[in-house]
Amino acid sequence: MAALHHPQSDTLWAYAAGTLDEASSVLVASHLALCPECRADVARMEAMGGEMLEDAGTVSISSSLDDIMARLDGPVFVKAQSQPIKTPANDTILPRPLRDYVGSSVDTVKWHGLTSGVEYFDLPVRAKGRRARLLKIAPGTRVPSHGHGGEEMTMVLAGGYTDEFGSYARGDVETADVTQVHQPVADAGEPCICLTVTRGALIPSAIFSVINRFFPRLSA
Amino acid sequence: MLQSLTLDNSPSLAGFGFRSSPAPQRLPKAMIPIAAPEANAVLSPDFSGLVLAVAQRQDKQAFAQLFGHYAPRVKSYLMRHGADDGQAEEIAQETMLSLWRKAGMFDPSKASAGTWIFTIARNLRIDAIRKSRRPEFDPDDPAFVPDREQAADDSMEAGEMSVRVRGALDSLPEEQAEVVKLSFFEDKPHGEIAKQLDLPLGTVKSRLRLAMRRIRTALGEKEE
Repeated sequence: MAALHHPQSDTLWAYAAGTLDEASSVLVASHLALCPECRADVARMEAMGGEMLEDAGTVSISSSLDDIMARLDGPVFVKAQSQPIKTPANDTILPRPLRDYVGSSVDTVKWHGLTSGVEYFDLPVRAKGRRARLLKIAPGTRVPSHGHGGEEMTMVLAGGYTDEFGSYARGDVETADVTQVHQPVADAGEPCICLTVTRGALIPSAIFSVINRFFPRLSA
Repeated sequence: MLQSLTLDNSPSLAGFGFRSSPAPQRLPKAMIPIAAPEANAVLSPDFSGLVLAVAQRQDKQAFAQLFGHYAPRVKSYLMRHGADDGQAEEIAQETMLSLWRKAGMFDPSKASAGTWIFTIARNLRIDAIRKSRRPEFDPDDPAFVPDREQAADDSMEAGEMSVRVRGALDSLPEEQAEVVKLSFFEDKPHGEIAKQLDLPLGTVKSRLRLAMRRIRTALGEKEE
């Protein structure tokens, strides 16, 4: 059940370079946990990063080598990095990068009602202008048609959905840009659980088409 | 000061290395000197072998060599990302101290020394300069989908991988190489890089996509 839809290449490049915002990085890291293909791509990109480092030029180090070597013997004092959280797994729906923000299981998520058949949970993630949100959509629910004020990435964790652009199952990532309006419909059977990362507000499609028509530059 | 030190005659290094730990039973592949695969390949020190020497016998001379090569590069990389001299100095030193502590985790079949050091520096930069966390996958995660079995002839020797990666980078058309470089050296989203180059975002995105496809091919992977 390898993923069929992947994050866009530039998103993976930004993750490899370490310039992707934290909200989008949660989604990418969660996809990488489920997608050996993209993991291999990111490893190749990091290898390019290694070559970039060789080409980065040099700025001389001001401390003496003696001082630095002396630090190797004592207890090596390195300023504490933020400790990795290792949230245990109580199910295999949430990959580890996501559990670290959401908790050990989807069963214990504190959902809030959004619209009929749709519940949400916002991840506590600091990212300028971006929001990472877990959605739980009841089987067969039609999510209201909407456009986007900015790029939207959606990754399916359980169940699946279909919209104008394709069908998406566990591990799949759909990227919708500012010009796309879509109406996802959750598959029948089990609830569709997915992670969305958005920039800007979601815009109901009726308003979106008016904005696009009269102010195309606003959404471009 | 650092630049003037040479390893062989520096009094400060005279007593380094060779603690009483027993010599390793067999040399890992990467430590066996390999012939340069291409006649014109520049003969550079075997940095992967040096990291392994640090891992296996806390070889300080090997560390000093790695430090001499990589610390000034890491510092330059960090300053390109907006760190001032003091902060870049501090993070560059932390990067090299992390190498000392984590050398045991280095796997030369997965990445070159330079790539591994790049990832350490990158993560410390995200932490210290961006002040945010870097979510990463965890191979021990029960939800983790493992790699398919790697074909035996698919794995590369450490030295060979480095040469092929460099070849892949050099094979990129200039316009693709440019956006790849900017992605690594500018701490800005691709939208801003597009503005800087006066290109539509879509063009920057497609150059990055084409670059990846070319790199995959150059590294001997099948086309997507």
